[in-house]
Order: sequence, then structure tokens, then C-alpha cells
Amino acid sequence: MNRADLENMAQREQERQQGFRCRLLCCASTPCLSSGGTAVADALQDEIARRELNAEVQVVSTGCMGPCSRGPVVTVQRQGEPDLLYENVTPDAARRIVQQHVQGGEPVQEHLLPLDIPFFTKQHKVVLSNSGLIDPERLEDYVARGGYSALAFALREMTPEEVCAEIIRSGLRGRGGAGYPTGLKWDLVRKAPGARKFVVANGDEGDPGAYMDRTLMESDPHRVLEGMAIAGYAVGAEQGYIYVRGEYPIAAKRLERAIRAAERRGLLGSRILDSNFNFRIDVRIGAGAFVCGEETALMASIMGRRGQPVPRPPYPAQRGLWGMPTLINNVETLGNVAPIITHGADWFAGIGTEKSKGTKIFALAGKVATTGLIEVPMGITLREIVFDIGGGIPDGGTFKAAQTGGPSGGCIPAQFLDTPVDYESLRALGSIMGSGGLIVMDDRSCMVDVAKFFMEFCMDESCGKCVPCRVGTVEMYELLRRITDGSATPADLATLEELCVMVQETSLCGLGQSAPNPVLSTLRYFRDEYEAHIRERRCPAGVCSLDQVPVLEWPDRLHAQALAGNGSISGEVN
Amino acid sequence: MAARPTAKRSPRRDDGGEHPSGDPRFKLIDRTLKRFQYQQDALIEVLHTAQEAFGFLEEDLLIYVARQLKLPLSWVYGVATFYHFFSLKPQGEHTCIVCMGTACYVKRAAEIVASLQAEFGVEPGQTTPDGKLSVATARCLGSCGLAPVIVVDGEVLGRETPETTLSRLKALLDTSQPEPMAG
Repeated sequence: MNRADLENMAQREQERQQGFRCRLLCCASTPCLSSGGTAVADALQDEIARRELNAEVQVVSTGCMGPCSRGPVVTVQRQGEPDLLYENVTPDAARRIVQQHVQGGEPVQEHLLPLDIPFFTKQHKVVLSNSGLIDPERLEDYVARGGYSALAFALREMTPEEVCAEIIRSGLRGRGGAGYPTGLKWDLVRKAPGARKFVVANGDEGDPGAYMDRTLMESDPHRVLEGMAIAGYAVGAEQGYIYVRGEYPIAAKRLERAIRAAERRGLLGSRILDSNFNFRIDVRIGAGAFVCGEETALMASIMGRRGQPVPRPPYPAQRGLWGMPTLINNVETLGNVAPIITHGADWFAGIGTEKSKGTKIFALAGKVATTGLIEVPMGITLREIVFDIGGGIPDGGTFKAAQTGGPSGGCIPAQFLDTPVDYESLRALGSIMGSGGLIVMDDRSCMVDVAKFFMEFCMDESCGKCVPCRVGTVEMYELLRRITDGSATPADLATLEELCVMVQETSLCGLGQSAPNPVLSTLRYFRDEYEAHIRERRCPAGVCSLDQVPVLEWPDRLHAQALAGNGSISGEVN
Repeated sequence: MAARPTAKRSPRRDDGGEHPSGDPRFKLIDRTLKRFQYQQDALIEVLHTAQEAFGFLEEDLLIYVARQLKLPLSWVYGVATFYHFFSLKPQGEHTCIVCMGTACYVKRAAEIVASLQAEFGVEPGQTTPDGKLSVATARCLGSCGLAPVIVVDGEVLGRETPETTLSRLKALLDTSQPEPMAG
């Protein structure tokens, strides 16, 4: 296949799609499937077959459309009319949609989700631009929307140096969390000497509460593959690995299928698009270890070993997989590559803030009215995300904090709701962008309990290689457990703070270095809750049961004072 | 290091790829071994196949994989125990996985686990003594919009409460009662 064939294919597919009077797009990503999406798709198919509309109406199973809590969702595209989106579709409603809307032209009002609400209008879709509009299992759908033209353009019109320069100019930063400039990383790998080089897409999304990478891999797998191929061309690699979390079987299956489809058409494999560039991609399935999201641990896991990190430097850009220079990018980062090549670096740099360019996908979850997957320009405020896009706190609750970055991140309290969301601002607040999980908490969430939850996670997930992380997380968890069950003393709080700093500074990899972050950020903004647990033996949010009695190594007189909540205790004991 | 990629090995012919026990499930493992040309770095992929075929990784299986890949058993055991996905114990007839991701946790998934514990007397990661039900917790299933989420025998169910989960599981265990126990 060459560039002209690619354009032909796109045109043929566009014509085919226009041949249908109406297209029904059913969301087939995990959240919608688990709320009954399969039955809805079947009902649509049955009804269309029954009414003998097969020739003019097409039902397409697509990827995620965004408002996951409103699923199953169905988009109706009628020729010459704006798209309409239906929420909470039941098989019954599906049949009515066919009868009333598809045949009669009259929308079914009660399931209609207006597209002009802030949930949609405040978003800016770059990475997810195809998601929900194409069938992820058909290469032609992707090509019809301009897929692989960026790869064709890069291979024909640009040198690897120019590709790297374009990415540097765009200002794209890693979407996995730390925000390292992507172009610089590419250039480092390009310049690194090595007989073979590798490209790795990190799809091991271990953060609880984050599912952007899974959605992207499930909804638009070719976008990731195209990004990897462009990266391979830019750095001089001929082999790529995409490391998918074991919990994401649908994503792995769709990627495998997408790779085979692209190889058959000569869009991956040898002599891609009649150029001299060869690039193969293999899927590697993770086996459930949070630490494998860390790049050196991930490489160990790809090589079939225990996913334990090694000290850096040397960085993977110099010595990675099997000692060769290796480029590791997050799946979402690679999803930005094709649009940058297609529309140019200046277009991309025009979105977002001065230091954080482009858009970011967030998985909005927790105590908000509409949860789901959103893509917003960098620099949007937290208030806009929670109250405009998410629709505010349900059941009359008040906003207490937003947790970003999962176990490596922190909590942002209400007074910072107007902070723009970008790498620097979040870091200044003691949190991080992370991979993009955004959990909203209301006044019924206990922050100490949340910190304990994350610490338990880190304790379980510590790979055990370095002592500060292996022992430190257990100790910190134990201290937090004692605070939440009421048996902690003020001295324990001091120990906890000391441990936080120690684990942060002495751990080997990102897991241990960032494990204390949830504790530190909740201590920073919600110290009164910790104190209420310890001194007053009460949980302000009413979550912790506090049924244990502190075991004190001090006289009964002080013990009684402590139980009475006398603030002068710590001074006397210390 | 033992796990460096070695040159492509020639597939061994001495046993013709047939496991002496004659268990056909070993064929699946052999197929994966061949697909990766007996490369040692395919260990995790081979263990995935083995677990899929047998349900869990018993010791014989680990020994077999270690022999085939020419890796020390300690190495294979180390990898199999490192990853949460691999189980060295047999699983129950039915499984119930409770998601304990942040969104589910904030929406009180812990109460579901506690109710399972009270009703069936099993902690997460355990199987009931009659081998009917295995209870486990997951880190995050990525269906946060439907929190709290549970997975019963591979089916993802959202917006659960302790009551709905219990009644669902009881119904499931009751219907499976009249059937003769497998194996």
C-alpha cells in the first residue's frame, strides 16, 4: 500500500458510510457494556432487521463517548441532520428509537441527552477525536477519518530529525504523570548509539480511578499504533511493544486485531507505505503489578522477569530493553502524535497554557453528578471540571477535595477550585497531574481514611526491592490504621510525618518516592481531621469507627486528659 | 544474566511437544512456547496461557514451564508469585471480585467486602471450604462511572450495594446446587 492507496481507501469508506441514510453508533466500551450495552445493540439490530432497514441503516459498535454514568449511550447520525445522543438506553427504548426516530424522524425525547450542555461544550477533543465515532475493530473507519495520513506524511516529507523537532516545538509533555518534554526524550533516543532501538507504549494504567489509557486503546487502537510507528521512525526503532494491563482484556484483544489489520495492509511491518521503514509492534500483557507502570520495572516485565525497578541513570533512552536505547511513552502521549503531525506544532501549541500545551484526558469519578471520560484543554480550572462538566455534587453534598494522580498524587481542597489545571499548578499544590484520575470527594469522605486507602495500596504494590518502600509503607499504613481506629497518640502523628519525608527521599523508584504524597497533602490541608481523630477521638466525616482505645505509655492522669481532648498533652509527653 | 534474549532456539524434538501425562491442555502451553520460539523472555506470556488452560498454576505446571524454557524453577516461581494475576491455588466454582479502586472505595465498596465476609466467612483472596465461591478484590477495573463495581463470573456489574451483591450471589450459588460437582 502507498499513499495514494491510503487516500483511495479513505474515500471508498467515506462513500460507503454516506450510502447509509442513518447510522446508529452504540457505545461498546466496558462501562456501557456492563450497564447493558450488548442488549441495546442487539435490540437495535433486531428491530432494523424486522423493519427491513438493513440497506439504509447501519449499526456500529464504537468506543467510549464520554458520559459513562449515563450509559448505555447511543448516537444517531441521520444524513443532513445534527447528531443526537441518547442516554440510559434500554432495549425497549432502542426499539422505539428505530421506530420513532430512524423511521419517523421524530426524536425520542425522554432519553435525549442534549449536546449543548457544558459536559460537551467545555471539552476539546484531540486525542479522543475519533472515540465514539468509529468502529475500533475496523481499520477502514480509522482511515476514513484521516488515519495513517500523519504516518504517510512523516515517512515521505520529513526526516527523523524534523519529526523530533516538530514534537519539541509542539510542547507536548508526557501524559503519564511526570510531564517530561516528549520531543526531548525522542531526540535523546534518536541520538543514542545502539544497534537496535525499541519503542514502548506504556498501557499499564495501575492508578485506581483512572481509565483514560484503557479507553483510548479500546476506542481507537490504531491511533496509538500510528503514534508508535511515527515514534519508531523518528528515533530509528524497528520494534515496538505495547504493554497492556492484564485487567484490560478487551483493549489487548482490539490492539492485537488492529496490529494484524494494519500489517495486512502494509501500514505496519516491512516497508511501510512503500518506504524503507520497517516497524513491528507486539502486545505484551501485564500480570497485575502497579509497579510495572514505572519505566524500568515495565521493561523488566517485558523481558519476562519480576517487575522490579533498577536505579536510573542510565535512563532507558540510553540503556533500556536488552541494553538498547528505548523510548517509553504513555499511551495517551502517543495518541497526541498523529494530530500534531497532521495539524502542525503551532496548532497544538495554541491549545493549553504557556508551559502545558494541548489537552488532557481525565477520568472524572467519585461524588459528581455526571461521571465519565473528559478531554479538556490544559489550564481549565478545577471548578469548571467539577461543577460545569461534572454537574456538581449530587445529593446536596458539598465539595471537599479532588484527588488527582492516584496513589502518587494528592488532594486539592475547595479553596483551590479556581486553580488552572496544569503540571506546575498542581505540583505547587502538592498533587500531580498523574495519568489523569480525578476523584471528587464530598463532606462524607474522611481524608485520613482516604490516605490510609492509598497507603494500603502502596504497601500491597511495593515490589519489595528497596527497604524504605517495603518497610516504610507498612509502617505508615500501620500508623494510619491506628489513627482511624482510634488507638493513635500524638507521637504517632510526628512519626508519620518523619516517615513520609524519609520514604520520599530514600526510595528507589517512583512508587516509593511518591507513596507519601497522599498523606502529605491531606496533612497539609486537612490536619484538623488527623487531630480530631487523635485528640478528640472522633471522625468529622463519620466514616471511621474509632473503637480501639489508645495504648499509652504514660501515666493514667495524662491518659484521662488525652481522652478528654486536652490539647496540652503532646507538650508534656514530648 | 539468564534472561537475556538468546539466539533463536531450535524447538526440541525429544518429546514431540507431547506432555507425558497426555493432558491435552499442555498442548496449549506448547503452542505458546513454540510461538515465542522457547525464548526465556516469553515466560509471562507462557504463564498466562498456562493459567488460562488450568485455572491456576500448580507446582507441576511451573516445573514444566521452567524445564521448557530452561530457566531455574526458583526464577519461574519468583515471577509467578510476584504478579497478582497468577494464582497458585485452585479457584472456586464461582468468583466474585469486588473493585477497590478509589471511586469504588469512596462509594463504600468496603461494606460489600465486609458483608461477603460475614455471609460466607471468606476473606478476600480465599475460597469457601466447599469450593463454591472465591472472593477477591481488584485494584481498579476502570468502570469508575458505575462505582461500586463487582465482577461475578466475568460479568461486570455496577452500582452495587451489599444487599444486591448478597442476593445475587445467593441466587447464583443456589442454582448451581443441584448440578453434580465437577471433578
